[in-house]
Amino acid sequence: MKKVFALVSVLLVMAMFLGACGKTPATEPPAASSDPLRIAVVSPSSVNDLAFTQSISDALKVLKAEMGDGLEYAFSENMFVVDDAAAAIRDYANKGYDIVIAHGSQYGSSLQEIAPDFPETVFAWGTTVDTFGMANVHAYEAASDQGGYVNGVMAGMLTQTKIIGVVGPIETGDAKLYVDGFVAGAKSVDPTIDVRVTYIGSFSDVALAAEAATTHIAAGADILTGSAQMVVGAIGKAEESGLYWFGTQADQNSFAPKTVVASQVYHWENILREIISLRAAGTLGGHTFTASLQNGGQVITFNPEVTISDEIKTKVEETIAGINDGSIVIPKP
Amino acid sequence: MISDLFSATVIIGIVSSGIRLATPYLFASIGEMFGQRSGVLNLGVEGQMLLGAFVAFYVTLNTQNLWLGVLAAMGVGALMGLAMAFVTVNLHATQGISGIGFYLFGMGMSNLLFQKLVGTVEGVKGFQRIAVPLLSKIPVLGEIFFNQNALVYLAFLLVPVAWFVLNKTTLGLKIRAVGENPEAADSLGVSVAGIRYLTVTMGGVFSGIAGASLSIALLNVFQQNMTAGQGFIAVALVYFGSWKPFGILGGALLFSLVNALQLWIQVLGIPIPAELAVMMPYILTILVLTLSVSKSRGPSALTKVFEREG
Amino acid sequence: MPPKQATAELRLKDRAGSIFDQLMPIFATLAALLVGAIFLILLDANPITAYGALVQGAFGSFNAFAETLVKAIPLLLVGLGTCIAYRGSVTNIGGEGQMIIGAILSTWFGLTFTELPGWLAIIIAMLLGILGGMIWGGIPGILKAYFNVNEILSTVMMNAVAVQIMNYLMRGPMIDPIQKEASSQIPQTARLIEAYRLPRLSPTRLHLGLVIAVLLAVAVYFLLWRTTLGYRIRAVGQNQPASNYGGIDVKKHIVVALLLSGAFAGLAGMMQVYGVNYRMITDGSATGFTGNAGFNGIVAALFGQLHPLITIPASVLFGGLLVGANAMQRVVQVPSALITALNGLVVVFVVSSEFFRRRSQKRRLSQNGTEQHKPEDADLQQEAGGA
Repeated sequence: MKKVFALVSVLLVMAMFLGACGKTPATEPPAASSDPLRIAVVSPSSVNDLAFTQSISDALKVLKAEMGDGLEYAFSENMFVVDDAAAAIRDYANKGYDIVIAHGSQYGSSLQEIAPDFPETVFAWGTTVDTFGMANVHAYEAASDQGGYVNGVMAGMLTQTKIIGVVGPIETGDAKLYVDGFVAGAKSVDPTIDVRVTYIGSFSDVALAAEAATTHIAAGADILTGSAQMVVGAIGKAEESGLYWFGTQADQNSFAPKTVVASQVYHWENILREIISLRAAGTLGGHTFTASLQNGGQVITFNPEVTISDEIKTKVEETIAGINDGSIVIPKP
Repeated sequence: MISDLFSATVIIGIVSSGIRLATPYLFASIGEMFGQRSGVLNLGVEGQMLLGAFVAFYVTLNTQNLWLGVLAAMGVGALMGLAMAFVTVNLHATQGISGIGFYLFGMGMSNLLFQKLVGTVEGVKGFQRIAVPLLSKIPVLGEIFFNQNALVYLAFLLVPVAWFVLNKTTLGLKIRAVGENPEAADSLGVSVAGIRYLTVTMGGVFSGIAGASLSIALLNVFQQNMTAGQGFIAVALVYFGSWKPFGILGGALLFSLVNALQLWIQVLGIPIPAELAVMMPYILTILVLTLSVSKSRGPSALTKVFEREG
Repeated sequence: MPPKQATAELRLKDRAGSIFDQLMPIFATLAALLVGAIFLILLDANPITAYGALVQGAFGSFNAFAETLVKAIPLLLVGLGTCIAYRGSVTNIGGEGQMIIGAILSTWFGLTFTELPGWLAIIIAMLLGILGGMIWGGIPGILKAYFNVNEILSTVMMNAVAVQIMNYLMRGPMIDPIQKEASSQIPQTARLIEAYRLPRLSPTRLHLGLVIAVLLAVAVYFLLWRTTLGYRIRAVGQNQPASNYGGIDVKKHIVVALLLSGAFAGLAGMMQVYGVNYRMITDGSATGFTGNAGFNGIVAALFGQLHPLITIPASVLFGGLLVGANAMQRVVQVPSALITALNGLVVVFVVSSEFFRRRSQKRRLSQNGTEQHKPEDADLQQEAGGA
């Protein structure tokens, strides 16, 4: 029995090594233009988190639909351990991917070390504005406060109790930017509006997000918003109580058709297209991109199933125009 | 500002949130309690909950039958429980660690199945609130206690039932005996293996229901990793409750009420850093247990391997 | 057994059997991967390619092996802590929180006092990392010994508290001044100055922490088997009531066991900062910083049969598995969830395989009564002799 076991194990190990030896490492530089463009993405959460990672995943799907066989992409999701992400970024670069997207602000340090080793590879780092001054690193971010502001304006106009609730994960990064913009937007409509912000301390605790929403509602809020993947719990509670929700990062309209008024949706594909064309023209990095309302990097996507008054729609257009031409400056807290 | 906390709305809000938050803990913790009472520690509750949550969600999504969803969750929980029982009873695996393995497996499988079978995050129509006739009309108390959904009621009813089974039935006696002194129990003809198989499988069943309570009753959605550590808290609560159903009830309520309280503190704008508020339930649970006098030593055979002589 | 069989042959058989037993965790891992192959096939991935990628990703090149070692360092450290604690009959699943607190303390120091010579700073940072872990392990220890608060409860709770502390500090008082002004507001600290970073074996990421960890493994071996303290820890672990009669302070040793295992975890946290990232970053969860080393380290120790020296290769193998699995994901593009499930399967299989190893070992020991055994086999002897 033992002998059989040992034999099987040896065979297995041999098979594995066979598999290992069979692979030739791909370190040749990208060849003829008929070869597909190869993009790799490393992201910290799941592709269907209805938030951060989904936004970049959706962008790549859009590009794939446009470019067909001209694009080949690889995706490593749930890379929330920075070490593993660093190994992934390096590995993709080593395998000869043309563009490696490090879609997580925590990947910066690692990228700083890896990028110099692969001068032919284009690296894109989001969400941030720092390219480290390196020739092959782009940086991209979303001016989430813009979309937050617009959402806030709408919320300010829709609220009847003058109390709005926000369910956030942790007070940093993209979430904080959005929330700050939202608060400013709501207050710009009426400074007496009470926007209450709760940070539940986790990106994944759906139950706690739901109870936070319930608490807001019990405390009088009639409009809710929030950021990060766990908000699905909060949206559900808004739906139950027949209240409105404003979404961010991804299109949350389909999740609760009667509840989500609008979502600030990131369209990273615009930025990606620019990066691709820059690369074709020989520039491998050094640019900073901001997904703004103006350049279509973020779009306020209205939910067709929720009717809002023309007054609000006009105000939204005015606000967006104001942000774009600079006449509206979103105050920092 | 702190005085705002003492208004009726807030107190009702806290208690009602607390009751909802406590529900998954009650199921999972009482299930774990039975297992531990018979001497088995299962740290894989989180994995069982996640898989149970997904299966309940998926079945409900496709059949619109909520109770079928619960049944499916129970089934999947039972399977994982059986696996744990086998690994523990027959293979004498180190319990703390085998549990971690099941946790990782359950988490990975639930996420994998979700990605492949469902794909996008969507809601489902879950258990609706059922107002208990008459009782729900009681001012204040009625709203809090008697206007919840079916699984919430079940969770709370489970407590006295578990107490009864554990303390007033022969089965309960056998379970306790196996946990205290398996050798003696064995010599009296009690099948230690059989009892442990039963309790650990039941534990899995209850963890499955706990997961279902999240995905098709309280939250009506499935998201990856949605339990966010609740399975581990549930195990911890068994110790808090000194392995007694009512003790566990106390622990689950304490933890959940304080969690609900910290949310209100944030909502009302009381100036505490959010992180400090979030910490409150955890710190208070440790504090209360530290200061409480009557702590049981626990089943003597907990985590110890039992092998039949001869 | 035929009386005519030469003793030499018997001894050879025994040797082979013994090696077979020691390799049991590896067989278990292979069995788990075999089951994993079924999932791979269901996901339209070729298992041969996939596992080939796993092996290559873990050991296929100098750089890959270096990555494996980098991953193994925190596993080894936490594993060493587990070796101590487990023998003290204490379950320490608070490694995640202890890593965090150790990291916080040592990072704070490195960022605040920047005028010291590098080697001195690193030593102080290590001590602070150890201190942080000891505090976070010591509290559950004291609570268990003197207040009978079960350590599973206290460590689970304290893990959560540690995460919140980390989040608060990273986005607040300890945030990188550059980030404070930037719109991105990344919750991370500033970088440690060059002099304070653990030297690396260029061009890989392998850092001095490996040497330190291995030296510590040897030290732990000596502690557990060649000192009185170590004997007492092991005694308390095996038989609490008896030890009490033997005049050994059970309470004190429970505290010590948790203190020591916490110390190692805290050091592991410091290593992650000083050796790998040169700064502390949070993504809101414990795993984002620790990479689950708090749990996986325990598994590595089990892989290594709770023996500090065997934990070294065990950590390397387990680290290789983790690194390789991620590499596999990149090649065959399976969902990362499969990797987590695979991780779980390996743990369950390895833990279960102990049964076969012990049974076979017992059989051999009872058949070949008198043999030279190392002191650490004494525990096994006891098991073989008893039930």
